[in-house]
Amino acid sequence: MKAPDASASRQALFARPFESTVVPLLRDDVDTDQIIPARYLKGTERTGLGEGLFAGWRYLSEGQKDPEFELHQPHFQGGQILLGGDNFGCGSSREHAVWALMEQGFRVVLAPRFADIFRTNALGNGLLVIDLSAESHQELSRRALAEAPFSCRVDLSNQELQWAEGGRFSFQIDPFARGCLLRGEDRLGYLLAQASAIDAFEVNHPFRPRTLLKIADSGDGDSGSSARSES
Amino acid sequence: MSSSGGQAASKPRTLLDKIWDSHLVLPEAEGVPSTLYVDLHLVHEVTSPQAFAELDERGLGVRRPDQTLATMDHSTPTEPGLNLVSLGKKDPQAARQLEHLEGNCQRHGIPLFGLDSSKRGIVHVIGPELGVTQPGTTIVCGDSHTSTHGAFGALAFGIGTSEVAHVLATQCLLRSRPKSFEIRVEGRLPKSVTAKDLVLAVIAKIGVDGGTGHVLEYSGSAIRSLSMEERMTVCNMSIEAGARAGLIAPDETTYEYLRGRPYAPRGEDWDRAVEAWRRLPSDPGASFDRQVVLDASTLEPMITYGTHPGMAIPIRSAIPTPEGLEPRQRSSLDKAMAYMELEPGRPLLGQAIDVVFLGSCTNSRLSDLSAAASLLKGRRVAPGVQMLVVPGSQQVKQQAEAEGLDEVFRSAGAQWRESGCSMCLAMNGDRVAPGHYSVSTSNRNFEGRQGPGARTFLASPLTAAASAVAGRVADPRELGHLDPGLGTSTGASTSDRAVQAGKEVV
Ligand code: SF4
Repeated sequence: MKAPDASASRQALFARPFESTVVPLLRDDVDTDQIIPARYLKGTERTGLGEGLFAGWRYLSEGQKDPEFELHQPHFQGGQILLGGDNFGCGSSREHAVWALMEQGFRVVLAPRFADIFRTNALGNGLLVIDLSAESHQELSRRALAEAPFSCRVDLSNQELQWAEGGRFSFQIDPFARGCLLRGEDRLGYLLAQASAIDAFEVNHPFRPRTLLKIADSGDGDSGSSARSES
Repeated sequence: MSSSGGQAASKPRTLLDKIWDSHLVLPEAEGVPSTLYVDLHLVHEVTSPQAFAELDERGLGVRRPDQTLATMDHSTPTEPGLNLVSLGKKDPQAARQLEHLEGNCQRHGIPLFGLDSSKRGIVHVIGPELGVTQPGTTIVCGDSHTSTHGAFGALAFGIGTSEVAHVLATQCLLRSRPKSFEIRVEGRLPKSVTAKDLVLAVIAKIGVDGGTGHVLEYSGSAIRSLSMEERMTVCNMSIEAGARAGLIAPDETTYEYLRGRPYAPRGEDWDRAVEAWRRLPSDPGASFDRQVVLDASTLEPMITYGTHPGMAIPIRSAIPTPEGLEPRQRSSLDKAMAYMELEPGRPLLGQAIDVVFLGSCTNSRLSDLSAAASLLKGRRVAPGVQMLVVPGSQQVKQQAEAEGLDEVFRSAGAQWRESGCSMCLAMNGDRVAPGHYSVSTSNRNFEGRQGPGARTFLASPLTAAASAVAGRVADPRELGHLDPGLGTSTGASTSDRAVQAGKEVV
């Protein structure tokens, strides 16, 4: 699976509809500590996280995968659409949760509701999160289990989920996020383009923590820009 | 009458509205979120390396190093005497992360309280302690418990690493206005019922996703009578109710706490600042999107029994049974009981424990340590129980040592450590063994949070201390305080002393 990099958010990842198997992980309140435990956060890169994905659930013992775990079941292999439960992604702000899901190959997460920070992190990286109504969630859950491997087509442009037999749901999504994913627009680039507005704002904005640099620099090993050297 | 100066005729605004409106670089427009200015950006070692790397890839610098402050807390060791060199041998990955932060801060001129700094500590403890957390400001950090700073009437919330890069490069974020949710708590907290119990009760009431999409504003007489340290405990756990931020309007308690702290304004600047801060509280008649009311006088010490912070009960109650629960709650309960190896319908009181953790950005300030020490003084941690006391910052550690609290903990048989996140997220080697039970003053009881297979009961410092002595989950009201001189959890005296001790002598 391809690991995400910072430029993933700058690609038009959803310009065209795509179809994939729906992988059901029907648990509520899946927190980001479950998605990727803290012991996997010691790296300094966005990669190498796939192995830690759902680590508490997917291994029987060190390195030995639990064949029963949803992600390991044969008919869900290669699925790029994760179907989660309510309040998906609650807890910590770690973006590693999104990177780990993407490294595993997921492009879309469907759930009745997402936690706020996870939602922002996901959309900012090009992982599409879609809120499902209770009925849609029920129907997809039923199909994903009963008709496994159940395949679904994600059409962001028309804001629709479609499947064989003409089944379809439409979904709502924040228009800005939709635009970014369809056109590969870059949020940081968008903010950088506002430099002159930010300059103007700062002229009249009162907050200045008192001589921040000077205090941090003074004495007792506080490094700041004045280096402490180990070597 | 509106308190917002020349805007008497305008619609009454909430504290959230006032902070939001005053930080808009560009307002929200059709299909585009607003550009929100960030006053203060706090940085730590775990969620920042990839953000700095993104700046490098794009050839960008840090826009406001003078509004950015870094520290080391998440993967830092808490054993006394460890430095980067010895850490490099013990945990090379952690050492690398710390070195990365050091290098990034040096290159970009960002002030850093590193391993050897006396001002280092958990990012949400040192911001307030140094007076850098100020009312009416916007504060972000790549950490969900940034909500802590809301105790000062600052709009403070956690962000992911991509947005850390946005703020480093532009000092701004793209955001839509959140909804507002007033949590009004009236009445007086009974003795031995603490701010931690209050916020656990709030989460149990509104649910772990009850605050999603909202900013909580805590109000009412019970909130007003809390010390700053207690208010921080409350706001800290707003995220456990799904709300990115929690707010408490600033008042005399806030100003008293901040006055004289290193980063707080001085002289005329101080007077001007306080004058502006006095205009921040929500106007009379301001409306909230949602509201709940709680009666503090009916609250009891709370403890969690399950695998999310909303699964909390009064300490003498039984774990709920599946009957009568909604399907969603029932499946959560089943899952939690299987992981925790506990039985529904049974009380938690008396459950044998293996570990007690006193620490984390929720409950590691001086008043928390004092409260626990008041119960531990002259007593011993039960045989077979390991108790770890991890102060929230090096300054808290020094103050506690100046008051002799370290001695109380040591003679009780507890371990006294250097500051850091430690067993709250079990990333630095401090962890609960698989299958073991821990009473923890931290904020998350998720599966494996305190180590693979670890089982966590969240509670207040008083409950944690009482349980350490009993070797079982215990009600702090039964133990009684041996030494009233050491203060109680809700006593203003303890917190006031904390305030004094943290101040810079000018
Ligand atoms: S103490 Fe725990 S919750 Fe607080 S910042 Fe550290 S890891 Fe996060």
